[in-house]
Amino acid sequence: MTLKIRALALAALPLALLATSADAHRRWLLPSATVLSGDTELVTVDAASSNQLFVFEHRPLPADNVTVTGPDGQPVATKIIGSGDYRSAFDVPLTQQGTYRIALVNDGLMGTYMLDGERKRWRGTRAEMANAVPAGGTEARFIQTNGRIETFVTLGAPNETALQPTGQGLELVPVTHPNDIVVGEPARFQFLSDGQPAANLKVEFVEGGTRYRDAAGSQELTTDAEGMVELTAERPGYYYIEAGMEGTPPADDAIAGSRSSYTGVLEFLPL
Amino acid sequence: MKTNLAVLTLGLATGSAQAAGLSVSVEIPRLSVAEYHRPYVAMWIEDSGRRAASNLNVWYDVEMRNDEGEKWLADLRGWWRKAGRSMDMPIDGVSGPTKAPGVHQVDFRSGAKPLGTLKPGSYTLKVEAAREVGGREMLSIPFQWPPKDSETKSAKGKSELGTVRLNLKN
Repeated sequence: MTLKIRALALAALPLALLATSADAHRRWLLPSATVLSGDTELVTVDAASSNQLFVFEHRPLPADNVTVTGPDGQPVATKIIGSGDYRSAFDVPLTQQGTYRIALVNDGLMGTYMLDGERKRWRGTRAEMANAVPAGGTEARFIQTNGRIETFVTLGAPNETALQPTGQGLELVPVTHPNDIVVGEPARFQFLSDGQPAANLKVEFVEGGTRYRDAAGSQELTTDAEGMVELTAERPGYYYIEAGMEGTPPADDAIAGSRSSYTGVLEFLPL
Repeated sequence: MKTNLAVLTLGLATGSAQAAGLSVSVEIPRLSVAEYHRPYVAMWIEDSGRRAASNLNVWYDVEMRNDEGEKWLADLRGWWRKAGRSMDMPIDGVSGPTKAPGVHQVDFRSGAKPLGTLKPGSYTLKVEAAREVGGREMLSIPFQWPPKDSETKSAKGKSELGTVRLNLKN
């Protein structure tokens, strides 16, 4: 019985990655620390989707899809601790000085169709699309999705190598280094969509600890013509940012549209 | 005779230049808490642009195996951001062991490591303390360099630091 429930929860995992209005849960990677010292260190990271920040109350995110880019730009192997019903956890060993980018990137297709009067959802690749809809399925619609969920940690002095944009989907490019942000000093970032500045993009910026306050505490910001946005925090702590946009549909008649999303966790430290 | 006087005067001036420097005394308060660990303490000098001009002293668990004491250096947040994170610890003449409660004085000579030579201008001495299972406190003492006369400035902490004195010698 327990096994069956776990299997169901795992099957639901990829859906948690999508930024859709139907599933507005926040998706986050929360590191145990972002600014560290020593010759070597370790951060442990929780991966979950939830409404409350940063509370485990909805779904885990799949830790086995996480990629970590090290200070030299090379991938770093994570040590997966496991996945519960509400969150996954993994360790990231830090053996080099510099900045690490921890990301969960989802790049693929999402489909919906009607079967026996019910709306069904599907996820997969372009190659798998032909078999996506079972016999009797109707109203099939597919869109291309790119979702990036990420956070950053630095051992020793920050560097920029891991922060280079990939040119795919929505990305956050630091003007202020993401591990050099403190309360009271504005932190500037640029959003790129497929490598181009994402102008007039709505960005949600929320302080963690939502459970302990009555106000939602969510700031809605908009990027300027260069895709720039400025974040200012009055209190230290972990903050969540989220943005999503419709992209240019690919040149593929079978695919109706494109959507990309970005969510990130940033820590503002006390001065 | 005149020549001798000139030499003598020159000698005095040189002697004065060699003595220029500063000393910092830090009071670590005695705290009655259930679990006490000696604080990590850093002292450094920032220029008018708030950049680190001199990294004077850091007291931490230097004796731990495999430099494990460096794990908590980042808890000295102010120092870590301004100076510590871009240095490879330990550093001779800067790193030192943690100190017991009491007053500890350290002298720094102008032109010598770790103070070095400060250009004339406005500076701030920063002293920061962070204690395991305790708090963190940072004090600032602004000063002009070089000082016109010998002078002493001080700041008083509320929690992790007692009185910090800066004695400037011209």
